[in-house]
Amino acid sequence: MAALTRMLSAKRGFAHWDWTDWISYVYLVFGTLLMFGPVLWLVFSSVKSPSGLVEFPPTLLPWEQTRVSVPGQTASLPLFKIAEGDHAGQTLAEIRKIGLQATMVDPAKPDTTIRVPAAGLKKVMHLRAAWENYTDLIAKLNFGLYLWNTVFITIVATALTLLVNSMAAFALSKYRFKGREPVFMVMLATLMIPPTIVLVPNYLIAAVLGLTNSLWGVIWPAVATPTGVFILRQYMLTLPDDLLEAARMDNASEWRIYWRIVLPLSAPALAVLAIFSVMWRWNEFLWPMVVLSRSESFTLQLALNSFQGDLETQWNYLLAMTVVTLLPVTIIFLLLQRYITQGIASAGVK
Amino acid sequence: MATLNLRNIVKRFGLVDVIHGISFDIDDGEFVVFVGPSGCGKSTLLRMICGLESVSEGEVLIDGRVMNVIPAARRGLALVFQSYALYPHMTVYQNMAFGLENLGTPKAEIQARVAEAARMLRLEPFLQRKPTALSGGQRQRVAIGRAIVREPKVFLFDEPLSNLDAELRVGMRAEIAQLHRRLKTTMIYVTHDQVEAMTMADKIVVLRSGRVEQVGPPLEIYNNPANQFVAGFIGSPRMNFLTGRVTVAGPDGLTVEVPAVGTIHTRAVAPGAPGQEVVIGIRPEHISQGHRATNNVSGIVANVEQLGGLSYIRLNDPDMTVQLSGQTRLGFGDRTEINLPEADIHVFDAQGLAIARAEPVQSMAALA
Repeated sequence: MAALTRMLSAKRGFAHWDWTDWISYVYLVFGTLLMFGPVLWLVFSSVKSPSGLVEFPPTLLPWEQTRVSVPGQTASLPLFKIAEGDHAGQTLAEIRKIGLQATMVDPAKPDTTIRVPAAGLKKVMHLRAAWENYTDLIAKLNFGLYLWNTVFITIVATALTLLVNSMAAFALSKYRFKGREPVFMVMLATLMIPPTIVLVPNYLIAAVLGLTNSLWGVIWPAVATPTGVFILRQYMLTLPDDLLEAARMDNASEWRIYWRIVLPLSAPALAVLAIFSVMWRWNEFLWPMVVLSRSESFTLQLALNSFQGDLETQWNYLLAMTVVTLLPVTIIFLLLQRYITQGIASAGVK
Repeated sequence: MATLNLRNIVKRFGLVDVIHGISFDIDDGEFVVFVGPSGCGKSTLLRMICGLESVSEGEVLIDGRVMNVIPAARRGLALVFQSYALYPHMTVYQNMAFGLENLGTPKAEIQARVAEAARMLRLEPFLQRKPTALSGGQRQRVAIGRAIVREPKVFLFDEPLSNLDAELRVGMRAEIAQLHRRLKTTMIYVTHDQVEAMTMADKIVVLRSGRVEQVGPPLEIYNNPANQFVAGFIGSPRMNFLTGRVTVAGPDGLTVEVPAVGTIHTRAVAPGAPGQEVVIGIRPEHISQGHRATNNVSGIVANVEQLGGLSYIRLNDPDMTVQLSGQTRLGFGDRTEINLPEADIHVFDAQGLAIARAEPVQSMAALA
């Protein structure tokens, strides 16, 4: 706590607050709001009821209008406080509003209707977290299945990505063979081709191989990534050749050198790639949408998309599910951020 | 236990020859040191012997078998790297056991051999540590331990002490020499440090730009260098060289006239004709102060280094270094007279080759 206070009140070094300190703090607070505001809004909005969501003016916290059920009325009625006129100070339920006049009823005396000017009505609000957005989601939707599909794709694809890319990177960094540089260049050049351009050819290949509507159809095309090879190769270049030669003198086979020496020593770069791969696979949308058309094989992202209909969008569920979808990546990022910075510093810059 | 023979070894990188046909033999149990300035090809030669580098031409024989195409691991050699090349993610124990595991050695035997090596190298307390938690000297011992557990036929050391500080280096030097006495295994040791070469070797191979300059026991090389390069490279401080012309080619030696120095009598006999240009060389430790019958030189002191037990005097005009035992009262700018004993003067011809002396110097060891 003391450390946190010290961090949040850090100054440039003078005893007093310099103007540069003020500028820094204004800038930092602005940045924090800019980056963190939308996320916070998303999280709060995900526990708003549908009526709370369309409330104007919008609020950050999940305020919604209080409703009561009045005997004799079929639906529950919204509560208003009367600000002026004969009934000023009373809290009444609104039956309907026509033009400037509203027809109200006192919940205590459901038989008498009261007509008041609509201008003097003030909504009665209360705070309520609509957890049903989440619980409904899990109950109504086949949420478990989508989660499993996504987790399966993410884990399997990441494991395969690490294996395949590290093998390629090992060969490209530690063996001298003719055409090594051209191969690497061609590999990197594929980065310049936007995925949308090869979407159709890729789909045709996947279709021929019978991978459509199978989770493997999402996994296999994602396994080899030029970015992954690049990150790992750059890192492996920094491993001393002496180690490999020592292992060779120690009778280790090439596979064993890779598995026992190179792979463990590339852990920081592997961690970076693992994080990237998890984020890519978890957030991937376009390719799964193309390959997976049956809802049993949907990923979370596709399920999320299905909430957004042509005519109606169930925003409350959409927001709740967005939060659920964000959580794993956020947690992974928090846990592994030390490796990310380390790994990027060592793999990217050199 | 192994002999090693090199037959006309050539190494080419692309079009560039770095090793130009090297041949020599190493006997069983010998401690051989390859020494030479950096870039002379000594490490390349070592790497060709152990199989990490291919041989462009010629043959490497171990125990009489041609090894050219046998992979490094099967040659029965162990290499200690300059950088130690310890696996940083493994403990000391795992580092030493890795090679044996790869050979499929039973666990119990691995444990026994590692324990034995650890005991020999005083590494027992560190077996469960990672190399990063060890000092330089300890890492060096682990690297040697990794070689020992494999019980190789030949140990190869690639400048193993160059990353250690001076004091540790002296200690490790003694340890490696002791190890050799105990294991009696053939060892090849590469260094650019002639002190290491002189103190450890049974046989020194002096290399320069991919060629062998001289092969022989340390004192033989010190006493009778084959050429000017070897004479200058072995010995510290280095030998003094003066260029002059032969004036008299007498039966008991050449007399050389060195400009601005005077007439120097030598014991070098073989082909020398008056007028021939030669270089005479004399080691700083053989020069004495004072005036004798012949070979007197006078110079001005440019610098004095007092080491307590020894003093080095650098003379100007002619440029020479003189080693005096004990301490000296000479100071900068003093003129002093020195004497070059005839018997200790080496003479080299215009190509730098040594001209034979009437009676070559015998080392004490050889005399005994």
